[in-house]
Amino acid sequence: MTYAAHFRVWRGDSNGGELKDHTVEVNEGEVVLDIIHRIQSEQAHDLAVRWNCKAGKCGSCSAEVNGRPRLMCMARMNTFTKEETVTVTPLRTFPIIRDLVTDVSFNYEKARQIPAFAPPKDLALGEYRMAQVDVQRSQEFRKCIECFLCQDVCHVVRDHEDNKKSFAGPRFLIRAAELAMHPLDARKDRADFAVEEQGIGLCNITKCCTEVCPEHIKITDNAIIPMKERIVDRRYDPLVWLGKKIGRRTD
Amino acid sequence: MAPTVSAATRCPTCSSSDGAPERYVLGLGDNRPKVQPSDLVAGEAAAVAPFENEGENPYTLHQELQQTMNDLVGIIRRGGEIREAITALDGLRARAATVSVEGHRQFNPGWHLALDLRNMLTVSTCVALAALEREESRGGHTREDFPGMNPNWRSVNLICSLDGEGGSALIEHKPVPTIRRDLFELFERAELSKYFTEAEVATLDEPSVTPEQGTQP
Repeated sequence: MTYAAHFRVWRGDSNGGELKDHTVEVNEGEVVLDIIHRIQSEQAHDLAVRWNCKAGKCGSCSAEVNGRPRLMCMARMNTFTKEETVTVTPLRTFPIIRDLVTDVSFNYEKARQIPAFAPPKDLALGEYRMAQVDVQRSQEFRKCIECFLCQDVCHVVRDHEDNKKSFAGPRFLIRAAELAMHPLDARKDRADFAVEEQGIGLCNITKCCTEVCPEHIKITDNAIIPMKERIVDRRYDPLVWLGKKIGRRTD
Repeated sequence: MAPTVSAATRCPTCSSSDGAPERYVLGLGDNRPKVQPSDLVAGEAAAVAPFENEGENPYTLHQELQQTMNDLVGIIRRGGEIREAITALDGLRARAATVSVEGHRQFNPGWHLALDLRNMLTVSTCVALAALEREESRGGHTREDFPGMNPNWRSVNLICSLDGEGGSALIEHKPVPTIRRDLFELFERAELSKYFTEAEVATLDEPSVTPEQGTQP
């Protein structure tokens, strides 16, 4: 089963770089990360790559394998033919630090901007009661491992550096949706925040984020679309607008 | 501070592999060494030395270390093989002193491995020395030449330090803290005698004390 595969790996830093060719041994059952490690130990000792769990649960080894954002530890070699060249490049949306390692601080900045869960005023800790269905709805979003593949693939910020200021990206739109769907969250401005600060309107639901999610979170269907519906319902419906004017509705 | 589990009874499969040697560093208590300015200078020189060295690449040594520990101090251990491993580790340590790396200091995994090798070798040596010393089979530690569990070894923790000759690894016997009387009484006597020395089991015949007055907090 062992064969020699042709790999092309991007090497370089913030000043630029290029794809380097490697012919490397592949054994049965291996994944792309194993091959990258073999290149590192046998051919390019200073090849920089982030990795941790090798089990698709830490979200560290995100890269683009043949142009597709993947976790390298979950990209099985038997999904490629023996003749196929496997090209590994760093995440394109984020600035390069070195080789396959990118600076993902954009995501941490966006995360910090989201107002935290606001506890209900009339309930003490231990008195919170929620229906199971409400718990389950947000549990899906809690599966996120923050690999940032959705952030990388999203065409709103990919190759559009200027949009990064006004768009939070799919990972943080699911966080916004989770808080908006929380029956005990006291904040009433979650929808406004998603429009004004997170730029949810820029998303035109192409579902690329859902497609690359290694945790199979239905990002578009279960978070972004319901959030958009909620926003349309509250902000753009002329009847609601009129009702608010007349009835002084506050929510 | 209670001493932790001895190195010999650790899971051998994770004993030397992927760069997490910190797990094995035992508590220093109040004996934490003070850092001298000269230590800092020496430490910095040692850290960047692999860029100047003209030796082997660290990945070769890492793989040899893994193979040595896997083959000789693995799941089923034998005295002769462990002695062989200790000799092999001495050889690897000499070679590790001159490993060389390419590239620069920014995010350079080869360099990081070169720095980690020293700790990996220390941990591997501790595991091997303790495994050789503990002439019994207990938990994850299985000696083919000493297949049974020996109750006398239960009261011994093997503590590894770098206090040996010239900073080499040293194995010392330390007592395991005694078990609280009220916990001891929870088990059947026959069960206890499998794991505890006769003298320890005999303490059950002494008049009972209240839990608050247990022998050890």
